[in-house]
Amino acid sequence: MNESHGLAHDEHDPIHPAPTGFLRKYVFSEDHKVIAKQFIWLGLSFLLVGGTMAMMIRWQLANPGVPFPLIGRVVFSKSGGLISPAAYTSLFTMHGTIMIFWAITPIMIGGFGNFCIPLLIGARDMVFPKLNMFSFWMMFLATVILVVSFFVPMGAGAAGWTAYPTISTQMGTPGWGQTLWVVAIYFAGGSSIMGAVNYITTVIVLRAPGMGYFKMPLTVWGLWLTAILNALFIPVLAAGMLLLFLDRTFGTHFFVNGMAIKGGGDPILYQHLFWIFGHPEVYILILPVWGVVSDLTSFFARKPAFGYRVTALAMVAVCVLSAVVYGHHMYATGMSPLLGQGFMVLTMIISVPATVLFFNWLATLWRGKLQLKVPMLFTLGVVFVFGLGGLTGLYLADIPQDLYLHDTYFVVGHFHLTMAAAVFLGSFASIYFWFPKMFGRQMNPLLGKLHFVFSFIPLNLVFCGMLEVGFGGMQRRLYDPNVYGTFKHLLPVNRFISYSAFTLFFGQLFFVVNFFHSVFAGKRAEQNPWGVGTLEWANTTSPPPHHNYDVVPQVVNGPHEFNHPDVKDKDWLGQAEPLPDGADEKAASE
Amino acid sequence: MSDAATATAIPGQKPVPHFGSASYGKIGMWIFLITDGLGFAGLLIALAVLRAGATQWPPNPEADRLGIPFTAVMTFVLICSSVTMVLALAAAQDGNRKQLLAWLGATVAGGLFFLCGQVFEYRHLMHEGMTLAADHFAGTFFVITSYHGLHVLTGVIYLAVMLALSVRRPLGPAHINLLEIAGLFWHFVDLVWILVFTFVYLIPNPATGGVR
Repeated sequence: MNESHGLAHDEHDPIHPAPTGFLRKYVFSEDHKVIAKQFIWLGLSFLLVGGTMAMMIRWQLANPGVPFPLIGRVVFSKSGGLISPAAYTSLFTMHGTIMIFWAITPIMIGGFGNFCIPLLIGARDMVFPKLNMFSFWMMFLATVILVVSFFVPMGAGAAGWTAYPTISTQMGTPGWGQTLWVVAIYFAGGSSIMGAVNYITTVIVLRAPGMGYFKMPLTVWGLWLTAILNALFIPVLAAGMLLLFLDRTFGTHFFVNGMAIKGGGDPILYQHLFWIFGHPEVYILILPVWGVVSDLTSFFARKPAFGYRVTALAMVAVCVLSAVVYGHHMYATGMSPLLGQGFMVLTMIISVPATVLFFNWLATLWRGKLQLKVPMLFTLGVVFVFGLGGLTGLYLADIPQDLYLHDTYFVVGHFHLTMAAAVFLGSFASIYFWFPKMFGRQMNPLLGKLHFVFSFIPLNLVFCGMLEVGFGGMQRRLYDPNVYGTFKHLLPVNRFISYSAFTLFFGQLFFVVNFFHSVFAGKRAEQNPWGVGTLEWANTTSPPPHHNYDVVPQVVNGPHEFNHPDVKDKDWLGQAEPLPDGADEKAASE
Repeated sequence: MSDAATATAIPGQKPVPHFGSASYGKIGMWIFLITDGLGFAGLLIALAVLRAGATQWPPNPEADRLGIPFTAVMTFVLICSSVTMVLALAAAQDGNRKQLLAWLGATVAGGLFFLCGQVFEYRHLMHEGMTLAADHFAGTFFVITSYHGLHVLTGVIYLAVMLALSVRRPLGPAHINLLEIAGLFWHFVDLVWILVFTFVYLIPNPATGGVR
């Protein structure tokens, strides 16, 4: 393990040889770039499935008792296209589950985690390529189980995405659907843990020479911290799922209690296990996007990121705090007021680092030369919806307000703005930004801009509308709010939300057309179309070769070197690009 | 199994500044062990919450049939197998293949003894009417100990594969690295058992005063 060995490895040899057969190249691949694409295809397909379910939910809320148009007769054949209460319950359960574990997780963590981590730190691949492959196929297994759960008698899981007992036990949701849901989540968690161990180790050991932790792009910071949270907290969820599985299949009573049950258990125990994982999970979902946004604001404002170190450390602070605030999901369980107050204070403290991030983004944009290219539009969208959603979080952190707002549409609006809208826009920012590197082709900017307009505006109308009906008191998960006199007058607002949602859904067609057209027939992309200095753009081709870098770059600069006074011919400086001759001496003598 | 890439790539690995001379696989295994430890933590939290919420523990004192002396022997053997693992690694570092195989074999045997003891214990307890769904005492007992037993089984298979590999492979740094990583997992399984044994079997119930 001496120096010469280390250097020998840096020459042209990849971590594993390039595959030759079709199967090893595209299916059972160990190449992080291929696995990233597999995850992104999986995620985008399920984004469509989860999105369709959202449309069905919105249809029911806008036109209760009217058969769902187009595909309704096929999907709800037994009820002639009508969405039954049971189907509705199943729909919002699976919408949440799919969007969180099968859309955001595969796209941002499985996809961009895999694609970006090795490329952006100057590595040839993940440190454990086989484990990486197993991670995808474990996820595939989980996907198969999830899909099967739709076709068993009594249908798919229907206990909400949080699957609280007692409704998630055999008493509340009998049948195989919910059991398979538990198993699918367990395997999806296994996949995430495999990925997390791999990502964490890769960032520790495979950073290119000179790439210190505080020279890494903030995207890598976000993804790395995500992996750490995944590694720490998914096992706790797994413990909860294991006990829930036993409750459902082996007649134990860990989570059920009641007069008729001898030695009954504790439903709140499940909520503890779930939210110990569940609160970090919301940061797991948003952290990669925070990282991407922190980088992209700098790249497209042509300015160094404001407070780079502070941004990174604020993300670390959020991670640490995320572990100790989970009780704010359980204010309504009758917890001790003292405990509740502690959770309230901690939750409000978490808004301090989040605000630091937000103001760092604004300061990065401040007086920058903004280039409103497609990824930047989506990035600005994230800044907006995250700011708005973050503010609504303060209402929910506050116990007296939360007791009124708990389980209303205000909560739905809040978490959709922060982790659905922000992650949705952030995922598209990432896709538009790294697409040229991923596929070696360019996406059409006009279609991209139309996609942005038809995503951003309806998105805000939908989720701000939800805040409004929620403030009006309307509970979430109601099959037909109009049967309650108090909510009747909210029908027009609900209709408005639904029609905005349909616009949002069909606005995605711009993306679908653009994506498929560009993958196969887009204009060839140059190496560095955005003119940024991070390794994947400055030091390798689009798409990169199997081994990523012909020569592993020697990193000398941070990721956001724009408009450096000593660089004359362009406005950016590569991370592995020393300053022009004499510039260093000049700076030293001054 | 650790990743094959680690084994072949070890001469080419660069030392990681923060972790001294730790190999890539070793760092990965440490991170996995933290993850795995939190899985056990989740189950032990469940035990703690259920126990704290129960009016008496075990809920049905007659059903408590755990034999501490028997399990203490199992525990002792498992701890001994950690010692033999250390000796196996030391033998490999000395280049003494014969001793390596003997100590590694002893480690696998220790793990197998523990597993057999657990099967015997389970059969006995079920015969006495202490089954998974009987009450929370039995439920948490079976879930936590079998979750641990699954880890022992994994460890035994893992070490058996290492034993088979140790018959022929040259005892160079790459192989010693693999052995060390396997050893880490095995020590973790032992360490967790000490916690499980303490929390599930040993801690007496203050309400009833006596040893549980």
